[in-house]
Amino acid sequence: MNHENVQFSKEELARYNRHIIIKEFGLDSQKKLKAARVLVIGSGGLGSPVLLYLAAAGVGTIGIVDFDVVDDSNLQRQVLFGVNEVGKSKAEAAKQRLQSLNPYITIHVHKVQFTSKNAMDLIKDYDVVADGTDNFPTRYLVNDACVLSGKTNVYASIFQFEGQVSVFNYKNSNGEFGPNYRDLYATPPPPGLVPSCAEGGVLGVLPGIIGSLQALEVIKVITGVGEILSGRFFIFDALNFESRTFNLKRNPANPLNGTNPTIKELIDYELFCGLKTVERPVKEISVKELHDWQVRGEDFQFIDVREQHEYDIVNLGAELIPLGEVAQHADKIDRDKKVIIHCKTGNRSAKAIRELEDKFGFKNLYNLRAGIFGYIDEVNPSLRKY
Amino acid sequence: MATVIIPTPLRKFTNNTARLNVQAKTVSDMIQILITQFPDLRKHLLDASGSVPSFINIFVNDDDIRNLQREQTVVMEGATVSIVPAIAGGRPL
Repeated sequence: MNHENVQFSKEELARYNRHIIIKEFGLDSQKKLKAARVLVIGSGGLGSPVLLYLAAAGVGTIGIVDFDVVDDSNLQRQVLFGVNEVGKSKAEAAKQRLQSLNPYITIHVHKVQFTSKNAMDLIKDYDVVADGTDNFPTRYLVNDACVLSGKTNVYASIFQFEGQVSVFNYKNSNGEFGPNYRDLYATPPPPGLVPSCAEGGVLGVLPGIIGSLQALEVIKVITGVGEILSGRFFIFDALNFESRTFNLKRNPANPLNGTNPTIKELIDYELFCGLKTVERPVKEISVKELHDWQVRGEDFQFIDVREQHEYDIVNLGAELIPLGEVAQHADKIDRDKKVIIHCKTGNRSAKAIRELEDKFGFKNLYNLRAGIFGYIDEVNPSLRKY
Repeated sequence: MATVIIPTPLRKFTNNTARLNVQAKTVSDMIQILITQFPDLRKHLLDASGSVPSFINIFVNDDDIRNLQREQTVVMEGATVSIVPAIAGGRPL
């Protein structure tokens, strides 16, 4: 990115005045911002503040990768969007919002899922990548694509009250690359061990805080101002208001760029994260069948394996035994009549059934396909979703 | 005595305890003390071979134990030990 010849209009100079008058920043840094091309992957909780601040700061070219559409449940934290955008493409809605914030920049919309097939092609036209994705396979994919193409990956991640930030694969003035995500976490946790935000929740302001820090590091990487968070790893606990910054080093065993690299091109990240193992199917019942049984007055035991706070929001009158406690309450589960087990969408109840079948030999358990959400959609839309 | 900081995702296994004072010589001792007190932590802190799994980082003060003496890293008097698991965000798996 050559910034020497970057020119600003009178309007732009007025707009960026508060940057330009900072001695350590100045017109030169503002030119670097305008010459820069940043790819933001994910325009959700983290992507919202990242995109808003990068657009406001005057990053000249911003790419947005997001295939998702805006949902009501996004608005609690995804501050790029309002009620008018619900149901619309996030990337398109984001572009519209950012263009109204700053008409002097160029926004490219990539309404696709970021995959091993298109990743290298998508990032090749950008200088810096900001990872605002929401799952392990894509995080490893973003990391590997950045390392394999020599780009800096500004990383942030959140869960409930906790946030993480680091700058990966940053090339310093000696031409040496800093640590990357695989130096921090060589492998992802097995599926199901760590709950996702969709199950465990996230405090809406947390991505605002952490995404703003991510935007800060993108700006520092572009301008070279200050000390970049490379080789360091920042964590923030919003609950206790504590933050710590740890030292990170490159791991010689890193399969991408350690002493004996084994990954030379992008791999199958769903497989790498253990998401392709086929789970043993369990017996199922549809929400319509459940409704028929209820209407007919069929005799069955009905169990809900969600958490108490979810049960308090909406329930179908089933007995509550949270997933983590099913084994210790196995004696409460009938062995003779049919037992229908449900959760929010059907995943946790399937896990509960497998556990009960494996440990206690139950043969009379049925999973409610699509869970209470399916029931709300197809049988009783007056109930509350959450 | 050292202070161990339990991250949010693991607090449900520690009765919501966020920090604990532990008298331990090494990280390995500390893990044993933690899983004796909170048995559900075991699968998060130890893999099948008895090592800290690679999706969990343990830092003694500011440094990753993998850059020190791994599980045998000495926990100095007054040290802060942070357990930091990988987190990815929103999508349900």
